[in-house]
Amino acid sequence: MSKKTLIPVGPYHPLQEEPELFKLYCDGEIVKDVKWETGYNHRGIEKLSEQKSYEEVFFLVERICGICSTSHPFAFANAVEEIAEVEVPNRAKYIRSIIAELERLHSHLLWVGLAGHFLGYNTVFMWAWKYREPVLDLFEMITGNRNSYAMFQVGGVRRDISNDQITAIKEVLEMVRKKTDMLTGAVMDDPVIHARTKGVGILTREDIHNFGAVGPTARASGVAMDVRKDDPYAAYPLVDWKVITAEAGDVFAKAEVRLLEMYESISIIEQCLDGLMKEKEGEITAKVKYIPEGYGTGHAEAPRGEVFHFVLSDGSNSPARHKIRAPSYTNIATFKKSCIGQSISDATISLAAVDPCYCCTERLAVAIDLRSGRRMMNAREIIEHSGKITNQLLNDA
Amino acid sequence: MIPVELTDTFPKEILETVSRNDRRTTLSIKPSAVLPISEFLFRKLQFRFIIASALHTKRGFEIYYHFSQDSTGLVLNLHVLLDRDRPEVESLSNLFDATNWIEREMHELFGINFLNHPNLDQLLSEGNWAKGEYPYRKRFKSNGEEQQ
Repeated sequence: MSKKTLIPVGPYHPLQEEPELFKLYCDGEIVKDVKWETGYNHRGIEKLSEQKSYEEVFFLVERICGICSTSHPFAFANAVEEIAEVEVPNRAKYIRSIIAELERLHSHLLWVGLAGHFLGYNTVFMWAWKYREPVLDLFEMITGNRNSYAMFQVGGVRRDISNDQITAIKEVLEMVRKKTDMLTGAVMDDPVIHARTKGVGILTREDIHNFGAVGPTARASGVAMDVRKDDPYAAYPLVDWKVITAEAGDVFAKAEVRLLEMYESISIIEQCLDGLMKEKEGEITAKVKYIPEGYGTGHAEAPRGEVFHFVLSDGSNSPARHKIRAPSYTNIATFKKSCIGQSISDATISLAAVDPCYCCTERLAVAIDLRSGRRMMNAREIIEHSGKITNQLLNDA
Repeated sequence: MIPVELTDTFPKEILETVSRNDRRTTLSIKPSAVLPISEFLFRKLQFRFIIASALHTKRGFEIYYHFSQDSTGLVLNLHVLLDRDRPEVESLSNLFDATNWIEREMHELFGINFLNHPNLDQLLSEGNWAKGEYPYRKRFKSNGEEQQ
C-alpha cells in the first residue's frame, strides 16, 4: 500500500487570506482524502446576539462577513418581521433589493477576479477588481460606506436613496454592464480557462441534495433553487428576472452562472430604481412597537447562496436564541466530493469554486466562565496550542 | 401547506402542527421519529435540509430541524424536545451529509449527544474548550458585565 502524503492548505490560505486548514491526503498527485479544520475564526456571534437589542443585532450580523454584509441583516430582518408580522413599505423593499443586488454584483466580480488569480490568470484578476471599485463607490454614495452599509432595521431601511441619485447610479450600472460583457467574453472564450475548469470539481444533483448545497454552487449543477424566487421577499416578486442555471456542475459552470447572474442583478437594480421613482420619498420604514414572543425563520439569497436565520423571541428587546447558517457552511462540505480523485493543482480551484467564505462559516472572544471566573485559554496557552497543532501536522505527514 | 403524505404516514409521531402561513409550518414530533420523518422528507418528498437550531430553554433542550421544499418555498420545522439532563437523539448524518457538521457543532456547543454519528469530534474548537463546558448553554455567560 502506498503512503499518502499530507499537503496542508492553510491555516492561512495563501490565496484567500482567510484562516482555515484543508488537509489534502495525496497519493502522488491525486487527492485521496480531504479533511477540514476550522474554528480559527469562531467569534461566538450567535451568543453575542443574545446580549444585544434587536437594533444592535443588525450591526453585529453585518460583521459576520465583510463581502456579503447585507445578506445577514436581510435574513435577520425577514425573521424578525415574521415574528412581529410587519409589512415593510414598498420603497424600503426596493432599497433593500437594490443594496442586495449591488452586493451580489461586487461579490461576483470579486470571485471572478479571485478565480482568475487562482488559475494564474492575473489579467482577469486586475480587470474584475478594477470594475468592482465603481460598485463600491456607489455604496459609498448611497450608504456612506464602501462596506458594512448599516442600511437595515426592523420594518424597513435606515437611509433613503434620493431620486436625484438614480441617474448617477444608472450611469455606473451601464458602465459595469459593458465591462461585464468584456469580462464574460474573456472568461467564456478563453481556451486556457476552458482547459483548467471544464470537467473539474464536478458536483451532481444528488451531491447537491446530499450536502444541502445552495446558491450558484447548486444552480451550476442544474438545481434551480433561489430563495428570491422560491420564497419571494422584498422587491423580488415586483420585478422581472430569471434564475440562471447550468447543467455541467463543474468549475466552469459555476463561473458561467455567476457571470450571467451579474446581468440579472443589473436588470433587477434598474427595475427597482424605476420602482423607486413611483414611491414617495421618505417612506422607508414601518412602525414596530415591540417584538412579541415567538420564533421566526428568515432566509435571503446571498451572493454565495441561502443565508438562514432562526430567531426566538421571549418578548424582551433582545433575541432569546439566534441561529445563523451561512451558505458556505453547506457549500464547503462539498469538497469531500469535488476534490477527491482530482490532481492537487485542480483541488485549489475546486475549493475556490464554491466561493467559500470562512468568516461566515464560523461565527471567540476571550471567554470567561462566570462560575469559576476562569479564562478558557490565555495567550500563552494559545501559542503553545498552536505549536502543538503544527507538530501534530508534521507527525501526520 | 404540509404534504398530506407526511401526516398520513406518521399520524402518531406528529404531536402538534402549527402553521403561521402557507410557507411556514412547524411540526412537533416525538424524538424517536426524527430519523424516519427526516428520511421521508429527504428521500420521498425531496425536501432540502437547511440547518438545525438547538435551544436551551426552561423545558430542556430543543432542536428545530429546518427543511425546505424549494418548489413551493415551504420551510418546514421539525421540533423535538429532549431530556434536560441527558439530551440525546438519533443522528441524521448516516442519512445525508448535510447534518454532519451541525450535529458536531450542537454536540460541542450544547452537549447534545447524537447517537450513531460517524464522527462526533469537535468541529469549531479542536479541543480548546474545557471538557464538560458547553458555551451555548444558558448558564454559560460570555460577558459578565452585561448579564450580571
